[in-house]
Amino acid sequence: MTEIAQQEITKVIIFELMDKEYAIEIDVVQGIERVMSITRVPKTPSYVKGVINLRGVVTPIIDLRERFLLEPKEMDDRTRIIIVTLENYDVGLIVDGANDVIDLPLKAIEPQPQVVGSVASEFISGVAKVEERLFVLLELSKVLEPIKAEVK
Amino acid sequence: MDTNQYLEMFLDESREHLQSCNQYLLKLESNPDDLTIVNEVFRAAHTLKGMSATMGYTDIADLTHVMENVLDAIRNAKLQVTAEMLDYVFEAVGYLGEMVQDIEAGGTGEKDVTDLVEQLTRIESGERTIKSSQSEVAATVIEENSEATTLQYDEFETTVITQSFDQGYQVFEVKVTLREDCLLKAARVFMVFEILENNGDIIKSVPSVEKLEEEAFDQEFTVVMITNEEAEGIQSKIMKVSEVDSVHITAISKQSLEDGKRHQEEKIARTAKETKQSSDVTKKDKKERPAQTPAANRTIRVNIERLDVLMNLFEELVIDRGRLQSISTELHHPELTETVERITRVSGDLQNIILNMRMIPVETVFNRFPTMVRQLARELNKKVKLQIVGAETELDRTVIDEIGDPLVHLIRNALDHGVETPEERVANGKPEEGTVKLSAYHSGNNVFIELEDDGAGVNRERVLAKAVANGIVTEEDAETLSDKQVAELILASGFSTAETVSDVSGRGVGLDVVRNTIESLGGHITIESTEGQGSLFQVQLPLTLSIISVMLVELDSEVYAIPLSSIIETAIIHQSDVMNAHSQRVIDFRGNIIPLLDLKEVFELTEEQAADEDYQSVVIIRKGDKLAALKVDSFIGQQEIVLKGLGNYLTNVFAISGATILGDGKVALIVDCNALIK
Repeated sequence: MTEIAQQEITKVIIFELMDKEYAIEIDVVQGIERVMSITRVPKTPSYVKGVINLRGVVTPIIDLRERFLLEPKEMDDRTRIIIVTLENYDVGLIVDGANDVIDLPLKAIEPQPQVVGSVASEFISGVAKVEERLFVLLELSKVLEPIKAEVK
Repeated sequence: MDTNQYLEMFLDESREHLQSCNQYLLKLESNPDDLTIVNEVFRAAHTLKGMSATMGYTDIADLTHVMENVLDAIRNAKLQVTAEMLDYVFEAVGYLGEMVQDIEAGGTGEKDVTDLVEQLTRIESGERTIKSSQSEVAATVIEENSEATTLQYDEFETTVITQSFDQGYQVFEVKVTLREDCLLKAARVFMVFEILENNGDIIKSVPSVEKLEEEAFDQEFTVVMITNEEAEGIQSKIMKVSEVDSVHITAISKQSLEDGKRHQEEKIARTAKETKQSSDVTKKDKKERPAQTPAANRTIRVNIERLDVLMNLFEELVIDRGRLQSISTELHHPELTETVERITRVSGDLQNIILNMRMIPVETVFNRFPTMVRQLARELNKKVKLQIVGAETELDRTVIDEIGDPLVHLIRNALDHGVETPEERVANGKPEEGTVKLSAYHSGNNVFIELEDDGAGVNRERVLAKAVANGIVTEEDAETLSDKQVAELILASGFSTAETVSDVSGRGVGLDVVRNTIESLGGHITIESTEGQGSLFQVQLPLTLSIISVMLVELDSEVYAIPLSSIIETAIIHQSDVMNAHSQRVIDFRGNIIPLLDLKEVFELTEEQAADEDYQSVVIIRKGDKLAALKVDSFIGQQEIVLKGLGNYLTNVFAISGATILGDGKVALIVDCNALIK
C-alpha cells in the first residue's frame, strides 16, 4: 500500500454495466477478449455462463449483470470478457463494454457510500469521482467467491 | 543473502538427501557392521547440514550436526550400532523431513529439537567414554600405518613411482584437510590440484577425482604427486588456498612403498575394493575426465509447471493441426496435404516425447514406505518385512500425485489388520516376521500396483456380520456372496473391520476412500484373500490422466465426453424396452435390470417431451460392479482427448470431472460416471 500511496495514482480498467462505469485495478486484469463460444456448465448458479477455451486453458465465465442481479442483456458487438486473475484461479467477467484505461488519483477514491445504485454494497470497495465521471470500484474477491458444490 | 532463488533447489535436494538417509539407515539396520553404509548416511547428512546452514535454516543444521556426530562416531568404530540409537537417528531424519516440509509450505523450518539433540549427544558422548580405550587402540594402528604409507598402490602406480625414484624425483603423499565450514569443496580441490600440477605430476588421488568433483568426501583428501620441488614449498603454496585447514606431506621412500605393498598383500580382501577405486584415477584416466564428467550428469531438473505449460502449448498446436487437416481435405491441394501430413506425423512424435517427459518412476512414491512400515511395525509391535518390486515402473506425474495416499492407506490396513502379531504367527506355524510385498508393473495401457501380505486374510464371518450390521448387505444376500465379493465388502462405504480403534486405523476414514480415489482416477481395485494365508490388493490405474479415451456424445447441441474406462458398451434400445420401477426408469441389460438416466435431465437441458423417439441411444456405464444406462441424443465417436480441470473457481461441479478442448476449439465437458451411480 505504501508504494501505491507514494505514486498517488492507480491504473484501472473502466468497464460499462447498465450505463454505469466500474473500475478494477489493472494488476489483476490479464486481458480483454471478445465474446467467444461458451460451453454451459450444468448445475452451477445462473450467473456462471460456462467455460471458454482461453488459449488452451479452460476458464470459467461469469455474467456480471446476473451476478449483480441486474436485468440481463443480449450480447452484442460491444460485449467484452475481462479475464481477471485472482489468487489461484482465472475468471472471465462478461461486461457491456470495456474501452478505457485511466490513472485514478488515490485521493479521488472514497469509501463506499451506503447506497450505490442497485449493486449490493458488499461487492463494492469504494467510489471515485474524476471530473464529471463516477466510477464504482469493485471488491473482486467478494464478487468472485468460488462456487462451492451444489451437489444434489 | 537472498536465498529465495535457491529455495526450490534446496527443497528438492534436501528431500533427496533425506530419502537416501532413510534408505541407507534401513540398510544399516539389517547390516549393522557395514561401515560403508554409515558413510553414505554421513555424506547425505553432511551435505544437508551444509545446505541448510547456507540457506540459514539453523535448526536443521543443528540437528544434522549432532546426527552427523553420532554417525561419525559409528564409522570411526567408536560406537556400536544399536536399535535404540537407530530409533533416534530415524526420528531425527523424520524431524528433518517435517522441517523441510514446513519450509516448503512457506514456514521457517523451525522446530524444537532440543530433546532429540540431547538424546543424540548423550548417545554420542555417553558411549564414547566407555569405548574410549578401544578407540585409542584403533588410533595407534592407524599411526603405525601412516609411518609406512596410508595408501595402497597397484602395480602400474608402483612402477611409475619406482621409475620416478630412479630419475631422481620425489614422491609425496599430500594430505589436504579443508576447513569444516568450507562451502565450495570442489572448487578448493580444483585449486589444490592446479597448484600440484604446476609443481609436478599427480598420479593418484583418494578419493577418486570424480568423487572429489562431486564433493563426495568429507574434509580430507590425499593426492600422490611426483615432483622435484621441496615439500615445504608445496605445502605453503597449498596453504594459500582459502578454506584449507592443514596440509600434511609425507614423502614416500622405496622402503615405505614396499612396506605398503606387503601390508596390502596381507589384507587382500579388504583392499581389493580400494585398489579398484584408486586405479580408476591414473594419469591416463584423468585426461579422459572432460569426456566422462558430462556422461555422469546427463539429466536436468525441470520444473513440472514448465512441462505443464509445454503441454498446454502443445495442445493448442494439436487443435490447430485439426483445423489444418480439415482445411486441407477441403482444398485438395497436394502440397498442402503433404505438408499437413508431415506436421501431423512430427507432432504425433512430439506428443509422445512430451508425455514421456512427464513419466516418473513410481519409486518416488514407494520410497517413503520402508520408513513408514518400520515405524508402523514398531507401533503395532509386529515384525514386518517390506519387499518392493518394480519401483522403476513409470507413471504419468498426474497419476503419481494421486496414488500416494491410497497406497499409504492400504499399507496401514495391511499392517494393522493383515499381518498378525509375532506370537499369533508362530502359533499358526508361520514365520515370526510377516512379509508385505509392494509391486508395480505395466500391462497394456495400464499400470498395476499390488500389495500382498501373508497375514490373516479376510475373515468371512466377521466381515459379513459387520456388513449385515451396517446394512451394507441383507442377511439373505450374505449367504450367496462369493469369497471375493465378501472380501471386497471391506471397500464399501461405512465399513471398518477394526474391532478396536487403534492409533493406526482410527483416523476416521475407511478403505472406501481408497476405492473412491482410485475410481476417480479411472482405475479399479480388487481384493483376493484366503483366510489365514493373506490378502492381495490389486490396483489398476491408467498410464496417464492427461490424455484419456472418451466417447463423445451429443445432447441437443452440446457435446459431452464419457470416459471409455467407464463404458461397457453402447446400444440402441426401443422405447418399449424402457420399464418403470419405483418411479425410476429401468431397462433390461443382458438379464440385469439397470437404471436408465436421461443425461439431458441430469444436465438440465430443456427437453421437449414430444421428441421422444421410438429408438434411443444409450451408453451403459459402470462403477465397480454397479451398472447404469445413460440416454443421449447421439454418439459422435471415440476420441483421445486432453484432460483439463475446470479450475479452482468451479470446484465440485456435479457429475462433471473436467473438460477438454475439441478440434474446433470449443470446450466439451467430461461426464463423471462415478457421480451418476449411487
